[in-house]
Parts: sequence; C-alpha cells; structure tokens
Amino acid sequence: MLAYHFTEMPYPYVPEEVEKEYKSARVIVPNSYCDPKIVAELYERYLDDYVYADELGLEIMLNEHHQTMTCLDVTVPLSAAALIQRTKRAKICILGSPLPHRDNPVRVAEELAMLDCMSRGRIISGFVRGVPTEIQPANTNPVLTRQRFEEAHDLIVRAWTTPEPFNWEGRFWQHRYVNVWPRTYQQPHPPIWITGSTPDSVTWTAERQYTYACFLTPYEWTEGLVNAYRQRSAELGFPEPGPDKFAYLALCYTAETDEEAADYGKNLLWYLYRERHPQLNAPPGYLPPQVLAKQILGTAGKAYRDSFEQLQEKGIVLAGSPDTMIEKITYLHERCNIGHLLMMNHAGFMSPEKTRRSMELFAKEVYPAIKHLGAQPSGKSEALALA
Amino acid sequence: MSSPTTAATTAWQTAPLLVQGVELECLRAGQGAPLLVLHDQEYLNTEWPYLDALAEHFEVLVPSHPGFGRSALPEHFDALDDLVYVYLDLLRALERRLVRLAGFGFGGWIAAEMAVRCTHDVDRLLLVDAVGIKVSEPTTRDVADNFVLDAEALLEATWHDPGLGARTMKLPGPKVPEDDLIALLRNRQAAALFGWKPFMHNPKLRARLRRIDVPTLVAWGESDRLVSADYGRAFAAEIPGATFELIPNAGHFPYLEQPDAFVQRVLPFLSR
Repeated sequence: MLAYHFTEMPYPYVPEEVEKEYKSARVIVPNSYCDPKIVAELYERYLDDYVYADELGLEIMLNEHHQTMTCLDVTVPLSAAALIQRTKRAKICILGSPLPHRDNPVRVAEELAMLDCMSRGRIISGFVRGVPTEIQPANTNPVLTRQRFEEAHDLIVRAWTTPEPFNWEGRFWQHRYVNVWPRTYQQPHPPIWITGSTPDSVTWTAERQYTYACFLTPYEWTEGLVNAYRQRSAELGFPEPGPDKFAYLALCYTAETDEEAADYGKNLLWYLYRERHPQLNAPPGYLPPQVLAKQILGTAGKAYRDSFEQLQEKGIVLAGSPDTMIEKITYLHERCNIGHLLMMNHAGFMSPEKTRRSMELFAKEVYPAIKHLGAQPSGKSEALALA
Repeated sequence: MSSPTTAATTAWQTAPLLVQGVELECLRAGQGAPLLVLHDQEYLNTEWPYLDALAEHFEVLVPSHPGFGRSALPEHFDALDDLVYVYLDLLRALERRLVRLAGFGFGGWIAAEMAVRCTHDVDRLLLVDAVGIKVSEPTTRDVADNFVLDAEALLEATWHDPGLGARTMKLPGPKVPEDDLIALLRNRQAAALFGWKPFMHNPKLRARLRRIDVPTLVAWGESDRLVSADYGRAFAAEIPGATFELIPNAGHFPYLEQPDAFVQRVLPFLSR
C-alpha cells in the first residue's frame, strides 16, 4: 500500500452568503473575492505541507481546477515543478491532466516528459476527463469530452513512444511533425492512471491495463468498478489485476482517539459541502441523456450532503485513531483490492498544525502497519513497487 | 373572420425521413407547395396550432434535426454544416420542387447557412428569431446562455408571458415520462454539440448573408430576451431586400405564443 498526501489547495475565505447568492463555489464567484496576498500565503503553506509529506515518507498527489475557490492549483505542471525542486524522494502523482480541456496534447506530452526528467522518474501521469464545472472555464464542447480525451491520450502516448517525427491528422488535432524532446525519463513512459466512476471508463482503462483511481465512491460502488476491471482483464487474457491497478481517494484524518478524529475531521467536509450550481454542474451532453434522465427521475448520483457518520460508513471518510485507521484501510484493501491510498488530508479551514499532526500520526503509527498490504505477489498479481 | 389557428385538427403523418442515410423523425401534413420548417431547440409537438394552420396551405415537413428528439445522430457529426448538408440534400430529394424554407431560432441558423450556400431549390426564406451571426462587441452575449438558465429564467428569457410558456412548453423535469425526457435531453445535447463554440453563431455567416438571393422575411417576437429584436434587425439588414417584422406580445417563440398573429404575418409572405 502506498499512501499519498493531497490537498486541493482551497481558498476558503469567500463568505458563505456570496457562495449562496451565486449558487456556486465554482466558475462564477467573482474574483474580486480573491485576495492575492492571502493566496501567496496559501501557496507557501500548501507546498510546505507537501514537502513535509516527502519528509514523512508519503507520496504526493496533485490536481488542478479552474475558476474556483475550491482549488488554487490551476495547472499541475507548475506545482509539480515547484515540488520537484523542494522534495527528494516522493512520487509526484499528477491526477490529473484534464485532456479534453488542454488545447494541445503535444504540449502536455512535452511538459510531463520535462517533469519526468527533472524529477529523475518520479512522475505518475494521471489523465482525467475533467468534472462538469471544468467545461465552462475551458469552454470545451461538453458532448465531445470523451472523444477528445481518447484522441489526446492516443496522441500523447504515441508522442512518448515514437523515436522519430510522426504525422498526426486526427479529428481534433493535427500536427505534421510530432517529435517530443525530451523523452520521458521512465521508459517507455511514466505510469498512466485514469480516474472514473462509470463502467465505460473502467472498461477502457482495463483494456489498457492502466491504474484506475476512484474518488469518494462508497465501498460497494468501488468494489463494482474493481470487479468490472477484473472482468474485462479476464476477457482479454490479462493476468488478475493486482492492487497496483487500483487507487482510491478518501477524506482522511488520523488523531490520538476516534473522538478527536471525528471532532476535527469534520472540517474535511468543507470540500463536500460547497454550493453546486445545478446547471453548471450538468452541462448538456456531459452525461448521456439516458443516464441523466434516470438522475432527473430520481435515483442515482453522489451524496454530497451525507453526514460525517454516513460518509464514514461508506468509506468516503477514513477517520480515527491509528488502530481504527489500520482497521479501515485494511478493510478497504481487502474488499476493493486498493493498492494506492490517495489521502485528502486537508480541506477548507484546517490548520497547518492539525493537518500535519494527522499526517505525522498516520506516517508513524498507521503506515508501517499497512504498507505491506498488496506488496507480496499473490497468484499472478503484480506486487506494488515500494520505493 | 375566424382565427386562422382554430381549424380542425390536422392528421399528421409521422413516418421517418431518410436523408444521407440518416433517419429523421418527421411530421408531415397538408398539400400544396412544400414548406420545410426547421425547428428551434424545443421539442416537436403536434398540438401546436401554428403548424395546423400552415398545413392548410402547404405540404408541411417538420423534421427533427439529427441528434434531436428521436432522430439519429451519425457518430462523426459535430458541426452545424453537418446539418446544413443534410437539409440541402433533403431539398434536392424533393425533386427540384421549389421549397419554402422556414427556420426558427437554432433552425433559423441552419436555414440561413443553407441559403448562403445554395438557393436553387428555395423559393422564399422565412427566419424567425434566428441565431447564427455575431453582432455586438466581444464582451456582449448576443444570444443568452440558455444552458445555464434554470427553467424559470429560461421562460423569462423566451416568453412575453412566462406563465403561458410554463403551461405550453414541455421542459425537462421529473414529471415528464422517461421516453419524452430522453428526447428533450437529446435536444439539449444536440444543441450544445452544434452550437457550443462559438456560441450559437458562425463568425463568418454575417458577411455571407449578402449571398441570399430569394425573398426573405425576418420575423421577431418583440419581447424576445434570448436574442433581441435589435439582433433581428441586424440580421435582416445584411440580407438584400429582406423585410423585418415585429410580432407584439411574443418572445422567442412567436409561433407558440401568438400563433394567430404569427400565421397572419407570415402567410401572405409564404403564399406569394
């Protein structure tokens, strides 16, 4: 089991009534509410926390969002470049590059190759389709994100693995000479991860044997996706996928006692309880009409307003004393075959002291007891590469 | 004189059309010169009286655009001209009978793009609250962002009397039967597919409108707040000889909100 520290780098100082007025924390909250002097402090603090994670022996995960108080990281290559200079050993998992929204996949290939060389091979390259609220900031056609994602992916992987100039005339991108310098440090290319929560995306990922990352899905949902990956792998004759093929992102808080963890860990819910604009969160065609119709008629969808207790039951929040954390993470691993734990250790107003105390307790008292999970090859499965 | 839209209910045929191998849901009724109606983003509904009134004078064809309603969407379709060429082929398939071409809103954009390419098969052109051109400077949205409006705001923007709109229009919601709901959501999806960026216009279309060489009427709901009457005037001004007419007490859908006044205005033009 590998554990990754993650913060979405929020700017939590927009008054709640403003968020309510705009029915949104994203896209349309005026940037007049953003104080750049505070932002400077926040960047320093969040990067310091990542450096601390490196010192504690944790890995690092970064992501990006746009036009939102929930995430000040607006382009992962910049934060990754900064952290490469300040960290020594941690893997830097970029989760991920929002492929449909990037104007030029060849530049994505170049930037990641440069980061991979600068870090001497510490990069994990996640590719994401982007959440619905990324549609407006990038003004990408919401109906074609899946198609753009797939073509960008194909072009990037080809750019990384072709040792000479090649021609690309696709549906969305055209280049007459693709010849990426530098080559990636890791050969043939950095590990590729894909995020998702639907059967379509898990099938596509299994076909390519990439690592599949589930974010904040309840146990049975995660388990279903993992089983869908297994089934597709078996159909194609791949070996039984090991824990290295599965990552899970949870809201995490470790404290001395369960009570203390529940008490302060509730601050993590700031991330979930932000206003979600009904239209900006459901751009036309982002979901197929058949799927969206089912949602409108009243069944599916993620539970963003669940209580702390409900979220703990579903495994979306992992909080507790070190012993409780060991128990919960072991259960997650055994039930869902998870080998990479992506820990959202910080959200909203959580202080640096409390965040770091949780990270430290985890690293010293939990991690040693779970690190072995999935590290031993069982059957044909691949062992986790423990650095 | 009786109201032009109170005639006996018309028998609409619903056999699909096959154009370029694309199967299109289509309403068809009436006899006479063919009138091709290219709909806006709203759902087709045979209870709308303006269509019955038009079918007394013309052979009216109202297809659902590819990807809309229950019409097929070819995998490679992703630009407005994909629709334009489907309908140019449909005109050709009507065996060179001159067609009255009417386009409403989004359908008006398609009709205008057809007319700047070729009017060999077109007799007259009617554009109603059409989108498709860029008029103002970059920071002004000529066409309101209907995808970000909730149902209430959408009715405010598109109806002179939003209450009437709420009773008349079918909008996506939990009370709509699943099959109809999917058709409505397909309308939204397809409108986004073809009109997302640049939003509901082609930057080159305005300068090309001068190529239109058939009699043209540009009719506009006076209270349209989705795309204003001034925008309509700018549209008409680019088309040689075009007439511009306002329909009072109507928003973006004058044919739904003021069907009598609408038919009275457009019938003399279409019948000439």
